[in-house]
Amino acid sequence: MANALAPQKQMTFGEGGMALAFVALALLSIVVAAKAYTPEYAFHAYLFTAASVAAVFAIINRYYNRSTETPPLTIDGKPNYNMGPVKFASFASVFWGLAGFSVGLYIALELAYPGLNLDISYITFGRLRPLHTSAVIFAFGGNVLIATSFYVVQRTCRARLAGDLAPWFVVLGYNFFIVIAGTGYLLGITQSKEYAEPEWYSDLFLTVVWVTYFLVYLGTIMRRTEPHIYVANWFYLAFILTIAVLHLGNNAAVPVSLFSPKSYIVWSGVQDAMVQWWYGHNAVGFFLTAGFLAIMYYFIPKRAERPIYSYRLSIIHFWALIFLYIWAGPHHLHYTALPDWAQTLGMTFSIMLWMPSWGGMINGIMTLSGAWDKLRTDPVLRMLVVSVAFYGMSTFEGPMMSVKVVNSLSHYTDWTIGHVHSGALGWVGYVSFGALYCLIPWLWNRPLYSLKLVNWHFWISTIGIVLYITSMWVSGILQGLMWRAYTPLGFLEYSFVETVEAMHPFYVIRALGGFLFLTGALIMAFNLWKTVTSTEAAAPAHVTLAPAE
Amino acid sequence: MAEEHKEIDALTGTATTGHEWDGIHELNTPLPRWWLWLFYLTIVWAIGYWVVYPAWPLITSSTQGVFGWHSRAAVVTDLAELQAKRGPMMAKLAGASAAEIAGDPQLSDFARAVGRVAFADNCAPCHGSGGGGGRGYPNLNDDDWLWGGKLGAIENTIVHGARSTDDKGHMGNMPAFGRDGILKPNEMSAAADYVRSLSGLSTEPGADLTLGKKVFADNCAACHGPEGKGNREVGAPNLTDKIWLYGPDKQTIMQGIQNGRGGVMPAWGGRLTEPTIKALTVYVWTLGGGEK
Repeated sequence: MANALAPQKQMTFGEGGMALAFVALALLSIVVAAKAYTPEYAFHAYLFTAASVAAVFAIINRYYNRSTETPPLTIDGKPNYNMGPVKFASFASVFWGLAGFSVGLYIALELAYPGLNLDISYITFGRLRPLHTSAVIFAFGGNVLIATSFYVVQRTCRARLAGDLAPWFVVLGYNFFIVIAGTGYLLGITQSKEYAEPEWYSDLFLTVVWVTYFLVYLGTIMRRTEPHIYVANWFYLAFILTIAVLHLGNNAAVPVSLFSPKSYIVWSGVQDAMVQWWYGHNAVGFFLTAGFLAIMYYFIPKRAERPIYSYRLSIIHFWALIFLYIWAGPHHLHYTALPDWAQTLGMTFSIMLWMPSWGGMINGIMTLSGAWDKLRTDPVLRMLVVSVAFYGMSTFEGPMMSVKVVNSLSHYTDWTIGHVHSGALGWVGYVSFGALYCLIPWLWNRPLYSLKLVNWHFWISTIGIVLYITSMWVSGILQGLMWRAYTPLGFLEYSFVETVEAMHPFYVIRALGGFLFLTGALIMAFNLWKTVTSTEAAAPAHVTLAPAE
Repeated sequence: MAEEHKEIDALTGTATTGHEWDGIHELNTPLPRWWLWLFYLTIVWAIGYWVVYPAWPLITSSTQGVFGWHSRAAVVTDLAELQAKRGPMMAKLAGASAAEIAGDPQLSDFARAVGRVAFADNCAPCHGSGGGGGRGYPNLNDDDWLWGGKLGAIENTIVHGARSTDDKGHMGNMPAFGRDGILKPNEMSAAADYVRSLSGLSTEPGADLTLGKKVFADNCAACHGPEGKGNREVGAPNLTDKIWLYGPDKQTIMQGIQNGRGGVMPAWGGRLTEPTIKALTVYVWTLGGGEK
């Protein structure tokens, strides 16, 4: 029972406002569910209802369980870090990673053995493919980015995360968006824009989540107690801000009705293609490059216990990268109806982007100056550094493929798929794994269960990546050469189906590569699970990683 | 908090910037020269490319580049080159009949090249790449023809199809003797055994070939002929040649008798150009089984 003399516990504006907003959303969702034109949309509306009701209960429950005061910003002069949302997002990233890699393996097998769709519409390649890409990029990658950004911004600003409920809204709301997007793909709800398949209502919800993410991030930086903003935070901020702009621009759409999942994009024809690839390429640039470079800029120096190689390089390559990247999208539309001038700009800016991209690689790898021996003894650091090597390779390959004469061979072939995966598996995957191997022991204050298993993970998945990208290089170049081969009489040498037949062995090898990559990830999940559930407290070695104060 | 003073990193001998975040310092290493020069080089190259090719948007058009190169013009040139290469022979092909093409070795080679591409794009999904056929889809490499293997017959089949939407297409289905209650199960079984015996295949122990022969004579001979040699007028296959459209096992034959057969080939007359159809005719005719 409440003590009459204790200060009166009051609901904060945030708690009350958010609970009311969720009540309103629940009511709206019920109406939409009742009047929805399709059962799939009604299903989504019910999910929104259930999630909103759960949110209201969670907010009220949390209010009754909390002490009178909301958590303090500092305890004994030290920042009172808010790590709950970070823990949730890092857990979610492992879960979605396994899901996304498994779906990837399945569709790789479907390409090699098409009968595997079993004539079930929900698991045809067309539906599982966006499920795979979104699961690995947005669900796995997105959760890694949210987890690490919320961790890094607090540690490098020496400030508690801004907002009380807001950080939780970001991680839970983002993961709810993933559930809506993923189930939507299986049910056939899509606006058919690559990497932006979710329909208008999911996009609107994500906008609210993302703007909250931006405000929490910015608010934390503004309350920092460090005089300068660390380079990782520039990259995170560029990532969050640009993704918001890209998302709004590319998804501008008019819904058919509040009760229909279908909408029409406001752009049409070649303008739509241009906006789509402005979005698509910068999703690579700002989500998969800038965001993960931020991870690199914190976790590599931290793990290697070495200073960043060059502050000057970090400034120059940061500004050059974000200025040049935004122009490069048209290289996805070479030899199409897109005007020549736009194709030229897309290609030349991609070439100019080469060195700014490599600036991050130099800073990542050269940070090990004086600590190269750690690569032999620390498989986590090796994973992080190899990720940067893959980053360097794919940021050379990308500009090369954007050159029109190369693109005329590579475009629409498996070479593109191989290129994407050297970046996705090698760079994004490895830098994320490396960060998770650091982050989860730090968050739970436990020693990592087994470095030996990290070593197994590293080698098994490295073999997987090599099989994947080499098979796709061979397959893609073969495919491109077969498509353009003419007989002396001036006729095409191969029919389309003959080129498909020629791909088969490489598709099998690619699936094997994917299987090995998934195996490595399962080993990681086991290792991290054993880490979290162990009863042993972290060894004092961790102390050397704590802030020098 | 770390003071704003510049330390020297012991391992590299380089000064730090003096800042520190969560234990992380930054060295003040200058930009690598090779990096900077490569960056400049790509910028210079890009500017050069902008001079040569269409690059920057203006109010109503864009800068055109010093050579006036345009991708649309480049496609037109490429296509014109290809047309020039194929043109004379294509004209000859258009003006000749299928028989004339087949009689001219040079033109026949050219027609086969055209036909091979058209076949791979249009016919291979059913007849297989190379015309090897598949279950229910005739092999075009052998000399067993459902609707005739002369040039004119092949051309006719391609143009009008079989059991297609074209009124002039080949007609004639095999009736569903079992489903429609024309034959009893024991009669169908006997007929199936008899059909297998026509090409010398083994029959089941206790098979009633006498009944089978009678059932065949009463029901099947009208189309397949008294000796089972088939009839091209109605597309009834020869049952004595060991070439099977659906399969030689008794169960498959029984299925045919039970439910009937009637494979469809679309009419290509409206879809492919006349020279392409002639080329396809010659291509199929020369695959191995063309009849004079």
